[in-house]
Amino acid sequence: MTANGWLQIIFFSVVLLAITKPMGLYMLGVYDGRYRWLGFIERPIYKVCGIDPAEDQHWTAYAGGMLLFSLATMLVTYVALRLQGVLPLNPQHFPGVVDRQAFETAASFTTNTNWQSYSGETTMSYFSQMTQLAFHNFASAAVGIAIAVAVIRGIGRRSAGKIGNFWVDTVRGTLYILIPFSIVLALLMVQQGAIQNFSHYLSVTTLEGAKQTLAMGPVASQEAIKQLGTNGGGFFNANSAHPFENPTPWSNFLSMIVIFLIPAGLTYVLGRMVKNQRHGWAVWSAMFILFFAGVTTAYWAEARGNPIHAARGIDTRASAAQPGGNMEGKEVRFGIANSALFATVTTDASCGAVNSMHDSFTPIGGLVPLVNIQLGEVVFGGVGAGMYGMILMVVLTVFIAGLMVGRTPEYLGKKIQSREIRMVMVAVLAAPLVILGFTAIAVVLPEGLKGLNNSGPHGFSEILYAYTSTFGNNGSAFAGLTGSSYFYNTTLGIATIIGRFAVIVPALALAGFLSERKVVADSVGTFPVSSPLFVGLLIAVILIVGALTFFPALALGPIVEHFLMNARSLF
Amino acid sequence: MAAVEHSLFNPAIVSVAIRDAFWKLSPRHMLRNPVMFVVLVGSLLTTISLVREIVTRQGSIGFTLQIALWLWFTVLFANFAEAMAEGRGKAQADSLRKSRRETHAKLLDDPSNHLSIDIVPATNLRAGDYVICTPGDVIPGDGEVVEGVASVDESAITGESAPVVRESGGDRSAVTGGTKVLSDFLIIRITANPGETFIDRMIALVEGASRQKTPNEIALTILLSALTIIFLLAVVTLRPFATYAGAALGVPVLVALLVCLIPTTIGGLLSAIGIAGMDRLIQQNVIAVSGRSVEAAGDVNTLLLDKTGTITLGNREAVEFFPVPGTSVEQLADRAQLSSLPDETPEGRSIVVLAKQRFQIRGREVGAGEGHPEMTFIPFSASTRMSGVDIGTTKLRKGAGDSVSKWVRENKGVVPREIDAIVDRIAREGGTPLVVAESVDGTASVLGAIYLKDIVKGGMRERFDRLRAMGIRTVMITGDNPLTAAAIAKEAGVDDFLAEARPEDKMELIRREQSGGRLVAMTGDGTNDAPALAQADVGVAMNTGTQAAREAGNMVDLDSNPTKLIEIVEIGKQLLMTRGSLTTFSIANDVAKYFAIIPALFLATYPALGALNVMRLHSPESAILASVIFNALIIIALIPLALRGVRYRPAPAGVILRRNLVIYGFGGLVIPFIGIKLIDLILVLVHAV
Repeated sequence: MTANGWLQIIFFSVVLLAITKPMGLYMLGVYDGRYRWLGFIERPIYKVCGIDPAEDQHWTAYAGGMLLFSLATMLVTYVALRLQGVLPLNPQHFPGVVDRQAFETAASFTTNTNWQSYSGETTMSYFSQMTQLAFHNFASAAVGIAIAVAVIRGIGRRSAGKIGNFWVDTVRGTLYILIPFSIVLALLMVQQGAIQNFSHYLSVTTLEGAKQTLAMGPVASQEAIKQLGTNGGGFFNANSAHPFENPTPWSNFLSMIVIFLIPAGLTYVLGRMVKNQRHGWAVWSAMFILFFAGVTTAYWAEARGNPIHAARGIDTRASAAQPGGNMEGKEVRFGIANSALFATVTTDASCGAVNSMHDSFTPIGGLVPLVNIQLGEVVFGGVGAGMYGMILMVVLTVFIAGLMVGRTPEYLGKKIQSREIRMVMVAVLAAPLVILGFTAIAVVLPEGLKGLNNSGPHGFSEILYAYTSTFGNNGSAFAGLTGSSYFYNTTLGIATIIGRFAVIVPALALAGFLSERKVVADSVGTFPVSSPLFVGLLIAVILIVGALTFFPALALGPIVEHFLMNARSLF
Repeated sequence: MAAVEHSLFNPAIVSVAIRDAFWKLSPRHMLRNPVMFVVLVGSLLTTISLVREIVTRQGSIGFTLQIALWLWFTVLFANFAEAMAEGRGKAQADSLRKSRRETHAKLLDDPSNHLSIDIVPATNLRAGDYVICTPGDVIPGDGEVVEGVASVDESAITGESAPVVRESGGDRSAVTGGTKVLSDFLIIRITANPGETFIDRMIALVEGASRQKTPNEIALTILLSALTIIFLLAVVTLRPFATYAGAALGVPVLVALLVCLIPTTIGGLLSAIGIAGMDRLIQQNVIAVSGRSVEAAGDVNTLLLDKTGTITLGNREAVEFFPVPGTSVEQLADRAQLSSLPDETPEGRSIVVLAKQRFQIRGREVGAGEGHPEMTFIPFSASTRMSGVDIGTTKLRKGAGDSVSKWVRENKGVVPREIDAIVDRIAREGGTPLVVAESVDGTASVLGAIYLKDIVKGGMRERFDRLRAMGIRTVMITGDNPLTAAAIAKEAGVDDFLAEARPEDKMELIRREQSGGRLVAMTGDGTNDAPALAQADVGVAMNTGTQAAREAGNMVDLDSNPTKLIEIVEIGKQLLMTRGSLTTFSIANDVAKYFAIIPALFLATYPALGALNVMRLHSPESAILASVIFNALIIIALIPLALRGVRYRPAPAGVILRRNLVIYGFGGLVIPFIGIKLIDLILVLVHAV
């Protein structure tokens, strides 16, 4: 670990703190409907689609609209990918995407997962990338933020189940947040050197005289929404490690900040909408502490490197001449600190973009991304998804610990009883059911084992990571697992769908129920939800629920691998 | 019912509880508790494995036998905890049942005709029947007195041996079945059918027979069930994971892991905690109609307390004489004492005492004697609002300012303006002014006023401070004028007061508090309190109160002590805290169990995982066994805590939370590490011998 590395991590943290309030204030204005400067586009959209922007929907209608929208757009994408061969903007003449691949891709992009079991540059036409995948990058992000805002509204209001208008929230989020921010960001990325064109792929002769094909395309525009919407689906297979996607340390920094921009802003929105700004900051703090612990662990593990290398007399110390540590699978222009930071950010936030290969991290370095996702993607989390996931955890914390102050549990004055806790537990239960269930199937079925490139605990980690990543709607891959088979495309696609909707629907129901509750007056006898004690408690509940669920699986994957590495054994 | 203090492990209760622990193994009972049901199924599976191992003579029979035994113990210990909690209630119920011997009723065909009596068994009575009870009769059922006045021995339900008066009309008309008429006679209209009487309900409540899960218990059960499913998934999937890693895991070790991980500690003690909470109320001689109301008591934000009898002693005390100009203070004291000599009320006696202390005015003979004619006592009546004496042609009166002024004017007297200032000043200081007037030979004059002071009960201010520390606001309800009320409120240290309160004002206050999101607790005894008792979230009816009040409230205080509301709130809070603390403890325990069992399961396949064996447990078998044993024993170890409740001291939520987190959260993390290591050491010792 170097002072320079730490400085960059701390600089990132400070900027993150600074952007939270302004972003939150802007989002509040957007979702309260105070901004009208794009009204000339907004109003016709409502008119054409027959939306009454003044309608306040019951949570069931909100959830229904969200499911309908997701299902319809998923089907369109499936059909478009299948028919890619006859559709325009296909200079490389890619054929239609095969059945399960198309299903997995449609499901994955609709759910903001963007798990890619294919190489973008050899599978997807420009048409598919721009009209389908890019559309979902915007739509799935807008839906996610809308859900988070609706859930927060339900907590803050007393409105008999009414939590806003799904269509209006989705349109506003897209128009006022995602599109304008993406335009600015794309321009910044182009300025840094990311490419943006519709050219045929280039054939070049390398210095050694070999022929190489360079993939081209409208990269910068997709790059912007990939990070902003915590989508993570790269234009190229190498994702943000590719110099055309993420050319410089500055573009790298910008990418990481933009991933956390909306999730961090939502904590401020939470504080404002429930009229307890300190609670918003308490949630921010809990997220930040978990983030910082993650990046510290990953940075430590990667900077320490592989003891087997050191034992063979290889110099793994950092110096002016070399970064030291474990540089396998990392880009030299980012180094260890920024690779560890990026890996932490992208998995905290269910983004899934990568600037280094997590598969090549040391066992503990690779454990960090895995655990980040298994904690439920609540450390800032995916756009919107992090917030509503965190609220489920907050309600769980309040329920478990709230009794200890001698009152029945209440969250911001609203009683948490069986209806509410049932919804929380449905969402919490879905994770082990899908992640552990599918992993258990995959590690014994020949179809599952066929996709493995590594054996032993590392191979186990790869499978566990795949289902963790898809359920968590993260989409980052541990690599090393061939996910394009019929078996994996099917199960991973299902995992993304359950991971998305088995959390959203209970979260909306919870919000609806809470909006029906009368508000109990606050007093010194009330469970505090803005104190440092609460922050600690929230972190403990997140860690314990995550750890208790996945500890046995982790013990058989990265943990045993770590001990084996220390005992000089590799997989 | 006498509030018998049972020691925690009364041998009689323990032996019954041990028997009941086995009875409770029936699947129908076990299904009520999903966590323990899973343990039961696990015990069965392990036992089947054991049988298979014995038959095939394969595997480590001794190890499986020990696991199976301890799993069964886990289930039995949880049942034992519940049976213990119930046992304490059952003992109370038995003493109640004794009072409900087979009785006969004297049924009246016509309530106005006392002579046509049918003797019928009490169990044949229906609501609406009329019965007559004469001295020595046990009242055959709950009812309302329609005629007569009698003294009644209610010790069977209250434990209080002094008889109470029951009479028709007013707030003392309710009688309870099983109590005994001592004198006179009562005509009673029966209001409850057999099996629905107060005693029946009390027996059912203390026995826990009619116990429904409270809303919070239901929610907690959902949480615990979901956690159980999560661990079931974690354990079930471990088998294929192990297969991938090349390890084989048998049923007994997987069941052992599962049982250690699922929240058996709180799952096993949850119902015991709830029953014990009700039981603690019963120890206080309070009967709660449902567990729900005990929970609500913990949530109360506002306490409505009647001034008289709750905050102040029922009687007032004279503390000062204020004469009008032209009258000396000695003269006023003398006349005041004279007027109070035959007055046996505490107020009257305090006037006599004050005059004696201040001016050495001795008490005089009341009857006719040398030098003075006979005194005629004019008692206080609600219509005149005065009392006094007539001595020959001299008349002395004392009473409320306006009524005495009226009397003076009627007797050709003039009311001086100064008396208004005196009355006002006394009221402002929180006292009750008692104006004294004299009429000599038909001409009346005002002498002055006596300052009667409400005596605030000792220690009330401290109790209100404690309540405030917990975030509970106290509101004093009084019929006094606002000036007096404000002064007493200040002296007693309550947060707010409602003066000149009529029953409908009380109702209005409750509604206003509730619409502001606050839960309200109150006590009441009169029929006109019934609507407010029903509206309040916690309504404690006094046992001396009317049937209507007792029906409307959700708790009945057999001692009829309104101050007990404070204890009730504390018991509610303690119940919830105990539940939360043990849940936290139970979940925190899992960390240590993972560190004990996971390395043990995979030691053969991945010796490197031995690094996780931070407790340095002897062998995989001893590690698993020690965890299972710890898991079973901790239930037994925590039974006293579940029954007594966690230590409770009033403090703000943040302080309480920090304390309970340190003890039960941090303790829950650390204790199993120590406990499992100790058991492991003992196991090694025992097996070495």
